[in-house]
Amino acid sequence: MPSKRKVIALILNILKYAFLIAGAIFTVLPFVWMIASSLKTPAEIVQVPPAIFPKAAQWSNYKVAWNAAPFAKYLLNTVIVTVCTTIGVLITTVLSAFAFSRLEFPGKKLIFSLFLATLMIPGEMLIITNYITIMKLQWIDTYQAMIVPWISSVFYIYLLTQFFMQVPNELYLAAKVDKCSDLKFMLRIMVPMNKQAIITIAILNIISSWNAFLWPLLVTNSDGMRVLSHGLIRFQTEAGASYELIMAASCILVMPIIIVYLFLRKYIIEGVTRSGLKG
Amino acid sequence: MEKKSFKGYLYLLPSLIIMVVFTLYPLIKAVVMSFLGDYSIIDGSYKSIGFENYQALFADKNFIKALCNTGIYVVFVVPCSIIISLFIAVLINSKIKGKAFFQTVYFLPYVTSVIAIGIVWSWMFNSEYGLINYILGFFGIEPIQWLNQPQYALPALIIFAIWKSMAFNILIFLAGLQTISEDLYKAARIDATPRFRVFTRITVPGIMPMIVYASIMGMISAFKVYNEVFALFKGKAGPANSAITVVYYIYDKFYNSNKYGIAAAGSIVLFLIILALTQVQLRVTGKRKKK
Repeated sequence: MPSKRKVIALILNILKYAFLIAGAIFTVLPFVWMIASSLKTPAEIVQVPPAIFPKAAQWSNYKVAWNAAPFAKYLLNTVIVTVCTTIGVLITTVLSAFAFSRLEFPGKKLIFSLFLATLMIPGEMLIITNYITIMKLQWIDTYQAMIVPWISSVFYIYLLTQFFMQVPNELYLAAKVDKCSDLKFMLRIMVPMNKQAIITIAILNIISSWNAFLWPLLVTNSDGMRVLSHGLIRFQTEAGASYELIMAASCILVMPIIIVYLFLRKYIIEGVTRSGLKG
Repeated sequence: MEKKSFKGYLYLLPSLIIMVVFTLYPLIKAVVMSFLGDYSIIDGSYKSIGFENYQALFADKNFIKALCNTGIYVVFVVPCSIIISLFIAVLINSKIKGKAFFQTVYFLPYVTSVIAIGIVWSWMFNSEYGLINYILGFFGIEPIQWLNQPQYALPALIIFAIWKSMAFNILIFLAGLQTISEDLYKAARIDATPRFRVFTRITVPGIMPMIVYASIMGMISAFKVYNEVFALFKGKAGPANSAITVVYYIYDKFYNSNKYGIAAAGSIVLFLIILALTQVQLRVTGKRKKK
């Protein structure tokens, strides 16, 4: 006969799993509901009581939604903005992190603390003036308006500087003796040695650029310049589309990032964790 | 030692330019703008200098409402999210199967577009066809007009925000839990310490730094809530502005009513509130550490 203690332990264990599974269901429910709704017929969408899953998956909803608004153009814009921003971020981040971790120059400490101090400033304070700047540059409704202000991130610079610091200085001094230039050392030694950190930064930036909403909304006004998140909102509010189509369009925005996440979650989880622990 | 040179600036130049143009300059400009009455962004003209914008701000009922709503939102979202996340993280960290699976699932909301998933939530909150009222129906609860009745708009926003913000907290707590030495737990087991005491005496103090970090980060982002409102209420601030938040108010003044000075003043009030609260939080937790 099992002892009383064992029974209690068993019950606790079952409760533990029950709670975790309930929480997991609560977490994925919106995703399930989104995918299931995107495959329903218009009649199933307004069915009372709602059925979670459709009787037959209506894949044609995706085709209809895709053609109902210029989603191909939105997707292209999102990809252009995401790719360009990420490349820009990587270049400026590597250069700055290298300067802060290896080069000596007057005012280095001051500039570094100035950089860090800007992390405290909420973006909401800056957005009005930045909008005016973009307007004065006559960049409204252009790609550069969505890209240029975001190609440098103090947060990533700080993160990569920490990684670069861990590379032993002897390597740098040895390279100096061999008359290896700074630029060459950075590209041939520092970058490959910190490949993982750089990939993490790239992925984190891809996610935030892909999901960006407010800034693209402010600085673009023609339909041809909209990004996916902006297009999705317009699709919902202006086109008055029915919900199975809106859910299909939401899937188009959400799924690429979820796929990236599922394949590269190691990098993402590590990157976010590290940023949290260092913060 | 290599002698100091200005070469470092060459490497820093791209970031420096972006920072000066898109962070430092607008920061100063925002402060200046907040003191200029009827500021025009076209020619930079203004009618007066003083606290006019701040006075207008605090005389506006909508701003006061936005402040109250944001306060309520922060008070509910941050503690709820942290307590539930802590509980889940502790469970995931205990000896269970499928650790990686749970971690992957619980982190999903973090990578998802607030806009897209917010639209999904607005569909779930739909009073006639939505999933939430259907589930509540099992418990005998009458359908709730989540998004159409002012008294339910803010609760709907809070539920959505808790769901969204837990992902980051769970991840941070899990990382923190892994840094607590296994020996402490072993010692507790030998002494047959009750589970609850183990939790309050070992686990919580062990991840206190993460709890502080998560609450500060959570508070800062909760004060800036905007996208969630936009997605849930189709670009509006809820029925009869019932879910208006400070940042929503700022953008509305700036983008729709072109009151640049008032919007700038609002953003500075927001910054000061965030700054003050994080300072208080750091003081309080700093004191506790010294004890």
